[in-house]
This record gives sequence, structure tokens and C-alpha cells, in this order.
Amino acid sequence: MGISIDEVKKIAHLAKLELPEKVAQTYTEELSKILDYFASLKEVDTDNVQPTFHPFTWDTPMREDEVKPFEDIQAILANAPELLENMIVVPKVVKAP
Amino acid sequence: MNSLNLNRLTIKRALELLDEGKISSVELTQACLERIKKIDPEVKAYLYVNEEWALEQARLADEKRKAGEHGKLLGIPLAIKDNILIKGHPTTCASKILQNYIAPYDATVIRKLKKEGAVFLGKTNLDEFAMGSSTENSAFFPTKNPWDLERVPGGSSGGSAVAVACRMGLGALGSDTGGSIRQPACFCGVVGMKPTYSLVSRFGLVAFASSLDQIGPFALNIEDTALLLKVISGHDPYDSTSAPREVPSFTQILQENANTKFRVGIPKEYFEHELHPEVAKNIEEMISLLKRLGHEVKEVSLPHTKYAISVYYIIAPAEAASNLARYDGVKYGLRVEGKSLIEMYKKSRAEGFGREVKRRVMLGTYALSAGYYDAFYLKASKVRTLIKQDFLKAFEEVDLILTPVSPTPAFKLGEKTSDPLQMYLSDIFTIPVNLAGLPGLSLPSGFTRESLPLGVQVIGPHFRDDLVLSLGYQIEKELDLETIPPIVKAL
Amino acid sequence: MEFEPVIGLEVHVQLKTKSKLFCSCSTKFGAPPNSQICPICTGQPGVLPVLNKEAIHYALKLALAVGAKVNRLSIMARKHYFYPDLPKNYQISQYELPIAEGGAIEIEVNGSTKLINLTRIHLEEDAGKLVHDEKKPYSYVDFNRTGIPLLEIVSKPEIHSPEEAVAYLKTLRSIVRYLGICDGNMEEGSLRCDANVSVRPKGSSSLGVKVELKNMNSFKHVERALAFEIKRQTALLLEGKTPVQETRLYDEATQTTHPMRGKEEAHDYCYFPDPDLIEVRVSEDWIEKIREELPELPSAKKARFIKEYGLSSYEAGILVEEKPLADFFEDTVRLYAKPKAVANFILTEVLRYLNRDNISIEQTQLKPEFLAELLSLVDDGTISITIAKQQVFPEVYEKGLPPKRVVEERGLKQESSEELLRKLCEEVIKENPSEVEKYRSGKKGVLGFFVGQVMKKTGGKANPKLVNQILTELLEG
Repeated sequence: MGISIDEVKKIAHLAKLELPEKVAQTYTEELSKILDYFASLKEVDTDNVQPTFHPFTWDTPMREDEVKPFEDIQAILANAPELLENMIVVPKVVKAP
Repeated sequence: MNSLNLNRLTIKRALELLDEGKISSVELTQACLERIKKIDPEVKAYLYVNEEWALEQARLADEKRKAGEHGKLLGIPLAIKDNILIKGHPTTCASKILQNYIAPYDATVIRKLKKEGAVFLGKTNLDEFAMGSSTENSAFFPTKNPWDLERVPGGSSGGSAVAVACRMGLGALGSDTGGSIRQPACFCGVVGMKPTYSLVSRFGLVAFASSLDQIGPFALNIEDTALLLKVISGHDPYDSTSAPREVPSFTQILQENANTKFRVGIPKEYFEHELHPEVAKNIEEMISLLKRLGHEVKEVSLPHTKYAISVYYIIAPAEAASNLARYDGVKYGLRVEGKSLIEMYKKSRAEGFGREVKRRVMLGTYALSAGYYDAFYLKASKVRTLIKQDFLKAFEEVDLILTPVSPTPAFKLGEKTSDPLQMYLSDIFTIPVNLAGLPGLSLPSGFTRESLPLGVQVIGPHFRDDLVLSLGYQIEKELDLETIPPIVKAL
Repeated sequence: MEFEPVIGLEVHVQLKTKSKLFCSCSTKFGAPPNSQICPICTGQPGVLPVLNKEAIHYALKLALAVGAKVNRLSIMARKHYFYPDLPKNYQISQYELPIAEGGAIEIEVNGSTKLINLTRIHLEEDAGKLVHDEKKPYSYVDFNRTGIPLLEIVSKPEIHSPEEAVAYLKTLRSIVRYLGICDGNMEEGSLRCDANVSVRPKGSSSLGVKVELKNMNSFKHVERALAFEIKRQTALLLEGKTPVQETRLYDEATQTTHPMRGKEEAHDYCYFPDPDLIEVRVSEDWIEKIREELPELPSAKKARFIKEYGLSSYEAGILVEEKPLADFFEDTVRLYAKPKAVANFILTEVLRYLNRDNISIEQTQLKPEFLAELLSLVDDGTISITIAKQQVFPEVYEKGLPPKRVVEERGLKQESSEELLRKLCEEVIKENPSEVEKYRSGKKGVLGFFVGQVMKKTGGKANPKLVNQILTELLEG
């Protein structure tokens, strides 16, 4: 199967990982090797096989619609790198006019 | 404190001594803390130890005991893998990206342990975000195997396994996504159990691969393992994948099943792999032992075993790529400033995550991306069905399955770090169990000539954690191994 | 060549459950920043989602109301994109197997009705809010809205004019309000609309290049944005150019659309089933129970109002737009059995005040018994319809007073003493000889002038019927 360096760069962008050129090359080699190993899956006939996304399932658990405020919001906000009036500060997001 | 011989002190025995008033939880906790001071600089099992906090909990436990309370773990000092949240204390996942993160809430297992009066000594080392098989992927330092400091303790829950092996805690919690409890338990000569998927709540366990992750206990023996498992398992309304069913008393079942004869399957495919000769020899001895005990041993077939690694290394990274998207420098964790928001994301994640995590995030993103989803994620999920069906079919013929835990005993530090694929292949016997959601137990089964621990894995049908523990209990009694690492013995 | 626009709408309806979709935080609007958050909706490490049953209930209500097919088994999926208001950097949504598929909404434009078919209805969580700093290079994140349940309703591209689009939106809003599942407030963002617009030669069955329109926060915006966009695309086609496939934002100030700034990312959402949530299963019993509980919907109510009360399509259409108004109408008719008169009074007087104050009927102090009483007072001659409209109703509306009390306290009772009125009529005739001359020369219209003069002398309280009668008699005599 393999993977090209351009694909590796595209994936890194999608995954929001900074990827210096040199590292991109290493990733391309490593990932290609791993993807080659995966190629054996092709030989398995899965035409009539349902995928397993959960080891097993039962009726969807659902909560009642009740409000239970969390008791320690400050403990959440305390982990924020930067706050202004309880809002989290981030570099400016390209703004809709 | 003469009654306190940590090296042979099980949780069960400690509870008796506490109840009899022969020791206090403060003394017990103090003893563990002293042990940590002596040995941990060598083995580096802990990322975080908070003496003051531990002793405070111990004092509280002693007061409760005086007031007549009887929590199932009242006053017992435990170690917790650092990917399980304890409110008000750091949870780093051994990652730089969470280096300064303080948990704002308790994991469900922590709430359950607190309710039963357990004392937390600290948080143990792991492969970053539980991704690894050697604890070498910790962003802070590798943990060492107490049986041979040049070797790995296994992983990803290496810190918890070592903490228990060195008696730096009477028990511990780890998490197991592809063998992360069982393999380090095997490498360190302790008992480790991955329960049936959904038996233990995942709420508050930092997600690696949601459909595979399961929290489980480490202990010195099966009885303690059963006790810890009973406390942490049970339905949790905060986890939609938590099983809505009653959990039996495992410790009681051990006694009831003490002489029960089981039909035990040996999967022939597990022997088609290259096995370390001493591992091969040991598993033969285990088969003989089972026969000697009167169990029926028969060969079973798990034909899709050879695809398990591929399936696992597609599904787990895919889920991980998604689960780890939240570490972005916005609301918590490491933020590396950039010229723009996107740059901040990319720099924070590139600096915050280690090599293996990045590798898996890339792999997982690729497996989920448009155009590759069907060939990778969907295909792997279908083959996963076949792997699960293999087990279900085998369990029509046998009650339990016995396998090695790992193809080799503990390997050397650095031996496999340069080749990720080689590292992945070392999980071949543990991974299928997670893919199928089955319970799997790892218990000591002997030693190599170099005195490295060997372990055997007992696998059971869904929700038959009781049977798995029962067979383990019989093997353990029959073997009666002494599992004290030399570094501990030398104290 | 003639062109026709092809429009598909994606409407996001914010469900008014008390708590969020996957956690128990409040959904109340307007709370201080980050005061309605918890580990789950802020995406802390280790958290897991648990579905709010009421949100599924609401989704099923809408699905059944628009005749969509409910999927007995639907799947929650993760949709990935990095954005600061999305704490997990994935949104829990639905992709394959949404909660419902198909269905249709009937709209009425210029007196003719048309069915707009739906593709799907799916459930997802809302994102938070970003506040942008005007002076510094920062944005600020508030997670209060994060995790509030949304239903996305996707129409087929079967809308062919801005008017149809607005009619579709209004009908949909009216349905969700009838069902009590959403406020439908576009300004507050509880109802949001994106549009896919293309233009093609009339009669062609192929689709043109699709442009996605965003940032339309009212019906007026939707109408103007679509009109502008259709004009723009048509002009391009006439020049022999092709519109670019892109996302454009509506700018209220210039009433135009322009491309979203910044490089358009080729989106790859990496959808996959959320491993933290088991498939959503909906039992036949549950569906049946909801079906039984469904209220009468606007289109059915309208038909019934026309048939049962003899209203015009126009009158019925306006009355049923908001359920509280329709209920107000029917409750009043129950007390005062002249539906035409009730409808007439509501459509003119009541709506004039509601529109002036931009509120709905249940936010006022009006009660059906007040309106019934007011109209009875006109019928029995206690007050004139003019007094009722101009003097009594405003008091009833503003102060919530019963009409009888207003009439008594302000002495508005109609003057019906024939003796007094005759005296006043004679005075008026005497005072205006030239007008009398006009009348007698055949200009009968002058009668209105005399009536007006009598009204003036009585402060508007004179019984107009009686005054008319006396004046005619005197002038003709």
C-alpha cells in the first residue's frame, strides 16, 4: 500500500500536527511499513460481515432531562492557559463579518 | 510495626491486621511511603507521590475504622495509573501536553474506591496516553523492571505493575487497551486483570481507544485481584457503554469454585508464532498442571488471530486520533503560542505529544480519512467481528482458554524502540482479547533461568470474569510461587 | 435564456430541553460566560456522553409531524474539525443512519401550496460561542451553548425562490413551535438557516455549481441573501462564466454576499461511529405513544378553521401561524360564538398591538374572556365598535382590565337616549345650513359630516345607528 510524503503532510495538517520536512520523511517510511503490514487484511473475505464498533450492545442508555449544575466550575477554568472574565482567550479566530 | 512485613502483605491480610488493631492505616501507608523513598528512585514507578495527602487519607481511614465503619478497602494504600482522574491532583497521562493538568473531577472507579475507604499514594508512570508496551514512551522517564533494571517492566501500565511488584502499594489500578495490564503484570511477576469490556466504568479514564479500553486491578494474588475488581466494577450511569448488570462477589466465587473442573482450550494458532523457548516450555508445564488438576484440556482454533495486530493497529489509532483531538492548547494543557490559531494548534500538539502518540494519531487520521475509511477502519471493524466470532465459537466447546501472555519475557530497555512494528507484534496474545471484549487474566507462572518472571493468560467468555479468576486461583495455589524481586529482597 | 434558482435549506433547530444533549448542564439562554459548563461539555479528559432522552423524544416528534421515516436504529457519529468553540474538536452528530429520513413540509406561496421534501433529520450537539475582540488579536470562548441539542433538518433542493424559502422557514418554525420543541427565535439563534443555492437554465434538470450561504439571522436576511445570490449567479452565467463552489457570508450592512475570508479548507470530517455511544434504539411503542400525543399541526388547523368557522384562507393562515394565537381565537369563540367577528378583531386590533410591541399573545395580559366581553358590549349597544377599538381595547391590552370596568370607570357607555340625540341632531342641522343645502341638493354623502358633528358633541359616545336614523329622518323631512 504505502503512503506518499504529500499524503503524510495532508494527514498532519488534518491532525493539526506541525511537521518539519525531515520528520515528514521519517513518518512516510514508518507509516508505509506499517500500512504494508496491514495489507494482509485484504485477503479476508468480509462481504457478508457486519462491522463491530462495540464489543456488544444493549438498549441505548438515556438520561432523564434534569439540570444538575456542576459544583466546581472554577476547577475547570483553572486549567485554562488564559482567561478573561471567565472566558477562554485564544488567538483571534478568522471572524465572520 | 514488627507485624508489618510488606513483602508478604496482601490486601486481605492487611485488612485483618487493621481490623484486629495490630496495625493502623497510617503505619501501613507510612511503610509504603518509606518503601517508595527507598526503591522508587531505582525503578521509577511513580510520577506523583503526595505523602501529606496519603497520610491524611490514612488518618481518616483510621478514624472511620474506630467509628466502626467497614469499607471493603478501608485504609488500604493503592497506586493509580496516571490516566485515571483523581479530583484536585495531577493527571498527566505521562504526556507533556497534560503536564500541568489538575483533574476537576473524580473518575467513577476513584469514587468507588473512596467510598470503600482506599488510600491513594500517588499516580504511576505509563507509556504516554497508554500507547506502548514498555513504559518507555513516558514523556518523563522510563520505568524499570525490578527483576532486572536493564529491562522494561512492560506497558503501558508499567508503573502500576512495578509499584505492586515492589510492594510500593498493596494494589494498583491500570488500564488495558491491548494488553497494557496483562503484559506488565507478566513481566513484573504480579497478577493483573483486564475485565470484560463494560464491567468497569471508563468515566474518568483518559480515553485512548474507547471500544477497547478497560480499567483493571493489579495485585499480589488472585484473591486481592478479585476484591479490587469487585469494588471497581458495576453499572455506571455516566458511561453509556457500562453493562447494566449485577456484579457477583468474586472473592466468594473463588472459594466455591476451588475444586471445579473446567474444560480449557489451547488455541493452536497461538503456537504458530515464534515463542521464546522458555515461554514455550512454561506453557507446556501449565498444560500439564491443568491436566494434573483434573481439568479437561483441548485444542481450539482461533483462525483469525493472525489479523489481530492489523485490526488493532487500525482501530485503536483511529479512535485515539479522535479522542486526542481535544488536546489543542485551548482550554487546558500545554499551549505553544503561534502566529495564528492553526499555528497554535499545530505547535502545541507537535510539542505536547511524543513520537509514538503522533505516529498513532497520524495512522488513525489516515485510517478515518475520506477515501481510506472503507479500506481501513471499516474493513478492520469487520475482521474484528470475525475475531470475536472465533472466540464465541471456541467457547461453545470450552469454558476457558489458556495462552501465554507475551511471546517473550521482559525485553531490554531500548531493544524495540527503534522499530514500532516489532513493538506492536509483542502484543499478539493480548490484543485479540480486547478486540473481542473478553476478560483476560495474567498471573505469574514461573521464571526463566535468568530469574525473569513468566506469566500465563486465562481468557473467559463475556462476563465470566468469575471463571477466569477461579482457574487463576487454582493455578496460583498449585504453583505457590514466591514473587519477590531481588531489589526488594535485598532491602 | 431564462434561469431558475435551485435552493436547498439546512435548518438547525435548537431544542428547548432543560439540560444539554450529553450532560446535565442547564441550557438557559443569556447566562454569564462559562457558568453553565461541566467536565463533559468542556471536553475534559476522560469524560463520556450520555444521551438526553427528551432530545430523542423531541426529534421523534418532529419526524412524525413531517411524515419522516423514523430509523428504529440510528447511529451517533463523530464529525471532526478543529475550532475553539468545539472543545473535543469533534462534534457528536449523525452521519450514516440519522434519526429520521424523508418527510415533507407543505408551504403556501401566493395562494398556491407546494410540498418541499426533506432528505433527513439528524440530532447533534451545538458548539459554544466565540466573542471577537475588536482591538486585540484575540477571541474569547464561552462554552455555555456547547452541547445544547440541535436538530438539523435538510431539505431537498426543491425550493425555487426566496419567497418559497421564507415560506418554508416560517412553516417549519411554526411546526417546531406547535410541537413545543424549539423557540424558533432566529435572532437568538435558536433557529438557524444555511442555504445551498445554484442557478440553472429553466427546464434543465441538472444542477448548477452550488454556493453555500451562511450568516443569515432573520427571515429578511434569508430573503435578501438569496435574492442577491440568485442575481449574482445569473449575471455570471449570462456573461458565460461559472460561479465558484464556495461558502459565502451574507453581510447585513451591504445586503450582499461575499466569500468567507481565509483559505477555504477542503473539509475531511473523518466521520466514524462514536464508540462511546451505543446505537440509538427507538421502540415501536415509543413512536406510537408520540404519534398519539402529537398536537394538531398548523396546516390541519388551518383547514379546520376554514371549514368549521367559515374563515378565509388568509384569515385562517394568519391565526394558525402561532399556536397561542390560534388557541386564543378558539377560546374566544367558545365564549362568543361569532368567529368572523373574533377573527376580524384579532387580525386588525390585536395583531396591530402585538406587532407594535413585537411580542406574542401569551406575553400580554389579554384573555379570551376580555375579548368576548368587549365584542358583546358592542353587540348589545353598550359601546360602539369605534369606542371599543379606540378607547376600551387599548386599556384592556395595556392594563389587563376587564372591558366592562374600563367602560364604567371611563364613562364610555354609549349614548342611546333618543330624546337627547334628537336634540343634538337638530342643533347640528341648525348650525350648518350650507351643508343642509348640499344634502338636499342630492349630496347624500354629507350625512357623514352631520354624524361626525353629533359624535363630537358626545365625545364619540353617541349610538351611531340611532344618530344616522334621526339625521336621515330630519334631513329628508
